[in-house]
Amino acid sequence: MDLTTTYMGMELKHPIVASAAPLSGSVANIKRLEDAGAAAVVMFSLFEEQLKHESAALEYLMTAGTESFAESLNYFPEVDDYTVGPDNYLELLRQASAAVDIPIIGSLNGITNTGWIEYAQLMQEAGAKGIELNIYYIPADLTTSGREVEERYVGIVKAVKAAVTVPVAVKLNPFFSAIGSMAKALDDAGADALVLFNRFYQPDFDLDKLEVAPNLQLSTPDEIRLPLLWIAILHGRLRASLGATRGVQSATEVVKYLMAGADVVMTTSALLKNGIDYIGTLHNGLRTWMELHRYTSVQQMKGSMSQRKVADPTAFERANYIKTLESYKGDYL
Amino acid sequence: MILMGSGQETACETAAYLNARGEKVGVLQVRLYQPLSASHFLAALPASVKSIAVLERTKEPGATGEPMYLEVISTLVEAQIEGTLPTSVMPRVIGGRYGLSSKEFTPAMCKAVFDELRKDKPKNHFTVGIVDDVTHTSLDVDANFMIESDKVVRAMFYGLGADGTVGANKNSIKIIGDDPDFYAQGYFVYDSKKSGSQTVSHLRFGPEPIRSPYLVQSANFIGCHQFNFLNRGDVLKNAAPGAVFLLNTSPHEPEEIWERIPRPVQEEIIAKKLKVYGINAEKVARDNGMGTRINTIMQTCFFAISGVLPRDKAIEKIKYSIKKSYMRKGEEVVRKNFEAVDNTLVNLREIPVSAQATSTIELPPTVSANAPEFVRNVTAMMMAGRGDELPVSALPVDGTYPSATTQWEKRNISNFVPVWEPNVCIQCGNCSMVCPHGVIRSKFYNESSLESAPKAFRTAPIDARGFPDIRYTLQVYLEDCTGCGLCVEVCPAKSKEQTGRKAINMALKEPVLEDEKANIRFFETLPEMDRGRVDFSTVRGVQFLPPLFEFSGACAGCGETPYVKLLSQLFGDRLLVANATGCSSIYGGNLPTTPWSVNSEGRGPAWSNSLFEDNAEFGLGFRLTADKHLEYATELLKALAGSIGEDLVDDLINAEQTTEIDIRRQRGRVAELKQRLQEIADPRAKQLLAVVDQLVRRSVWIVGGDGWAYDIGSSGVDHVLASGRDVNVLVMDTEVYSNTGGQMSKSTPMGAVAKFAAAGKQIGKKDIALQAISYGNVYVARIALGANPQQTLLAFREAEAYRGPSLILAYSHCIAHGINMQRGLDQQHLAVECGHWPLFRYNPMVHESNENPFVLDSGRPKIPLKNYAYNEVRYKVLAHTNPKEAAYLMDTAQQGINRRWSVYEDMAARSGDTFQPKYKP
Ligand SMILES: Cc1cc2nc3c(=O)[nH]c(=O)nc-3n(C[C@H](O)[C@H](O)[C@H](O)COP(=O)(O)O)c2cc1C
Ligand SMILES: Cc1ncc(C[n+]2csc(CCOP(=O)(O)OP(=O)(O)O)c2C)c(N)n1
Ligand code: SF4
Ligand code: SF4
Repeated sequence: MDLTTTYMGMELKHPIVASAAPLSGSVANIKRLEDAGAAAVVMFSLFEEQLKHESAALEYLMTAGTESFAESLNYFPEVDDYTVGPDNYLELLRQASAAVDIPIIGSLNGITNTGWIEYAQLMQEAGAKGIELNIYYIPADLTTSGREVEERYVGIVKAVKAAVTVPVAVKLNPFFSAIGSMAKALDDAGADALVLFNRFYQPDFDLDKLEVAPNLQLSTPDEIRLPLLWIAILHGRLRASLGATRGVQSATEVVKYLMAGADVVMTTSALLKNGIDYIGTLHNGLRTWMELHRYTSVQQMKGSMSQRKVADPTAFERANYIKTLESYKGDYL
Repeated sequence: MILMGSGQETACETAAYLNARGEKVGVLQVRLYQPLSASHFLAALPASVKSIAVLERTKEPGATGEPMYLEVISTLVEAQIEGTLPTSVMPRVIGGRYGLSSKEFTPAMCKAVFDELRKDKPKNHFTVGIVDDVTHTSLDVDANFMIESDKVVRAMFYGLGADGTVGANKNSIKIIGDDPDFYAQGYFVYDSKKSGSQTVSHLRFGPEPIRSPYLVQSANFIGCHQFNFLNRGDVLKNAAPGAVFLLNTSPHEPEEIWERIPRPVQEEIIAKKLKVYGINAEKVARDNGMGTRINTIMQTCFFAISGVLPRDKAIEKIKYSIKKSYMRKGEEVVRKNFEAVDNTLVNLREIPVSAQATSTIELPPTVSANAPEFVRNVTAMMMAGRGDELPVSALPVDGTYPSATTQWEKRNISNFVPVWEPNVCIQCGNCSMVCPHGVIRSKFYNESSLESAPKAFRTAPIDARGFPDIRYTLQVYLEDCTGCGLCVEVCPAKSKEQTGRKAINMALKEPVLEDEKANIRFFETLPEMDRGRVDFSTVRGVQFLPPLFEFSGACAGCGETPYVKLLSQLFGDRLLVANATGCSSIYGGNLPTTPWSVNSEGRGPAWSNSLFEDNAEFGLGFRLTADKHLEYATELLKALAGSIGEDLVDDLINAEQTTEIDIRRQRGRVAELKQRLQEIADPRAKQLLAVVDQLVRRSVWIVGGDGWAYDIGSSGVDHVLASGRDVNVLVMDTEVYSNTGGQMSKSTPMGAVAKFAAAGKQIGKKDIALQAISYGNVYVARIALGANPQQTLLAFREAEAYRGPSLILAYSHCIAHGINMQRGLDQQHLAVECGHWPLFRYNPMVHESNENPFVLDSGRPKIPLKNYAYNEVRYKVLAHTNPKEAAYLMDTAQQGINRRWSVYEDMAARSGDTFQPKYKP
């Protein structure tokens, strides 16, 4: 059975990939991901903001109260060689790339134009086989138009593409008026893959403390619907590869995503919940399903239920919605 | 003149100056003193010498002269006896002192000494540099005698500690000193505060080596980095005629600044023909994303206009230095700093000086006219930076020093202050409990008192049932607030309509200042709480006890001072504090002002600092003295019982003095006794009067930091705890030597970085609680105000009530932890939650009934150590410098916590008879 797949030009032994998450925070874990059977690993994101914040905070806190009082001109021993900035991330990337055979993809979340380019180059130098841009941006400013947001995305992709030679993926959120046209624009801008969809940071309220509380919840299998829809629509219409992320809990979701047209299927929540070795379970599950249903290759499955390949293409559009409305009655009543 | 040490350079410089003008003076520099080589000394002494002054920077009380003076005299006399004197006649020799207490030693003072030598009857055993109007030993000094060369650029900078002025000046010295054509010198003068402190930098640059180790006398450049300094002291005092004056005009624009400069300052500018430049530095800093750090901006201005280097070359050098120091932080940071430099030059303005002073603004008095005489005449001089001008007679003769003086300083160091919302407030008292600076006060009072209240006075019905006429006010003394924000952080009440608003919120001070000043004046007319009516057992109650420790100069948000303040609230005027050297002796006892205060009756705690190492013994001495006085008083009472009255004597001797009401009653009896004693002729009545106040139980507290208790004073602490005496030891544990800048102590936890533990401390923190518990008769508590204020309160009260030794270990967050100080109390909470700082009390009084004396007041660790530790730079920096070692130490420290916790848990579960039995007298 042939499980191989091609994702932004990379030959992978199968389509199951660990998506960006703290799981990739150490060389040991990345090694375990490889041993458990991951076809590739996307590293957790390097947040430019966080780096800047950390460096500013260190600087501020190490100098707070200094040069104010004769007996205590400062409060910390002189340290020259502390590493702030991307050094730790890059070092991890470097060591991990050397330690494993599977490709490691660096993930980047930038805020400034220089940041995107500089860090993407540094990741490439450190051994990343690809870069995933996690463009995480909530347009809370009421004067920012949809067009401006879209241009921002496209601009970032163009800039990064021009700066690196490794392939570049864009991890998208679903909040565009026209995802199709957005996908096309990114494709035109040179994106080598689109990863659908990132889960946005949506805070919760803590009613005891009356505070806005960050509340990161793991995904559930129903969440595959939205990415499934768009992967099925986009499959076969773009040059870029398609990655699926969200809601993979078992091989079932992997199969569905592949049939919709994904080139790779990514997972995080399932691994956080069940442990790193669970990636092996997904891998075996895919194989078993294919055996049972007599598929011989992933290639064969890929996109088999995409909009272009299904019997009823309108099933993905408004007609399908209407059908859902009707279906509660039962077809034969 | 014969002298040694740094004063020689000044003396030589002055002698050279005078000789060039026809005088015949000289300096003999002693380089090796004791063994003093007589032959070398005599060989160095010119044969023409007629009079000699031996100057020393020491005072030898009781001796006939200072040591080197005596050496010189005996050497000369021996030489005369032996016939080896180089001079034809025995020269006249006088001795004098200079520079004590770090007083300045200037060319003018040297000249005064030379002038004295020329007199027929020069003063022997003189002093120079102070005005001794009591024993009249001092020499007169001509303040206008200055010899600084105009080839040297002499610059003075007035800055705030927090604005980075000193750092920028050190950098300027490096930049200019690196140039082979220049010699550079810098000296930095700091005041005694750790928040809002003022710094004065003295810089010299010149083409020849600089031999002037004294402060700049006549400056040709003056930088004033804070506009409001113009109101505080005379920043232009040292300006030479024609000097350049650079002023940070923030918050105003340079274009509008002239009229805002107080008239006397304008007059000085005009009289001295100063060239004035201005820049709104805070605005430039803000616009360039540099926050409130104006140092690079002011430094750039200095380079641009001081003329030390040609302007272009100067700016180029500054940029080079920026690049060197910020490259590590990325190009973005370098670029931002370059931009700031360029924008500075664009925004720097020369300020036109009018021919006559036009300002209508006068200088405010340093302290209010209502201040006591001593504060107006003495303290205010020091506050204005003129303490050196005070004559000897100004100072108290007996070594005591007036307290309650910080209240006159009104430092106004924060632009943001908390504002109280009566409608949201639940009157819990938390904010007032945690305020490190004693800024928040509460009172309850009868509604009728409000008749004369100012319109803006804030008030609320008291939150207690059954008191419809009683009102409550929480008053913020906003001029004394440091803006640390701890009060807002700790406030648990939230507005229903706007959850981000609490019952106390930070707001700009300016708009509320005048109203609030009137409110404070009114608040002070409301009666002080009757201590008998206050509930001492709750945080809610304690807010009504006025702190007798207020407005100290500790760091904004200091974690130590709330404990000190609480002591003063609870034990008030019965408190005797022996304070180890450390932050608490500095913010507690440094000049010019004293935060230890007095109540409305004029009584307050007595406080003293002896040394770092002997503080525990020092405090034990307080106890022994008080006990001895009490014993003597009791003896005399018994002897005079017949004339005083048996009943009163009986009551006085046997009074139960535990609660505040007991104490009040005893005070009443003592007052009564004093009256009766007046009428008794027996001479012993007078003797009793001298010790009568000791009949009110003294509360002796021995206070200090961990550097003292765990290290330098640890044998003393141990000794005192083992004495069995009624003393209370309070250790404010910042886990480093804070006052001297964060050196490691035996309290520093594993994995934390400190000076002398730059690679992370490899040994765990010493558990002195367990050491003390092992005696069985020592009350021991470990507390953290931010985690459990109620337990803190309980521990203080239990320790005081126990008539044996007590030890309280108080977690104190500190600027040396590298934390956002506003989150200090949260860190305390996390320290407890992770098990690094378990809360407990070991109470020997409980053990008396054979119950388990050890109570754990906090639960099992809920979070890993790193969730607490990595909020602090002291831990985090190691993760950046040596991640592997950091991870290893963190892991080991975590295991340590787990194990220690199980020991504590086991102790808490044991039966009472497994603990040390206690001796019962
Ligand atoms: C704890 C956690 C951390 C994550 N961190 C990142 C990240 O750094 N960058 C990123 O692009 N996505 C991040 N994600 C999103 C995941 O990569 C993934 O896209 C998302 O969880 C949906 O996939 P799932 O259903 O398999 O979990 C994170 C998700 C979780 C749960
Ligand atoms: C014998 C002696 N050694 C050194 C000093 C200098 N010194 C003054 S305060 C201090 C540190 C105090 O640290 P700590 O006891 O922890 O108190 P903190 O400042 O943290 O409150 C030192 C070393 C001194 N005064 N005496
Ligand atoms: S901000 Fe700080 S100093 Fe000011 S009142 Fe609040 S706790 Fe006290
Ligand atoms: S204990 Fe720390 S925070 Fe407090 S005054 Fe000292 S250095 Fe500042």
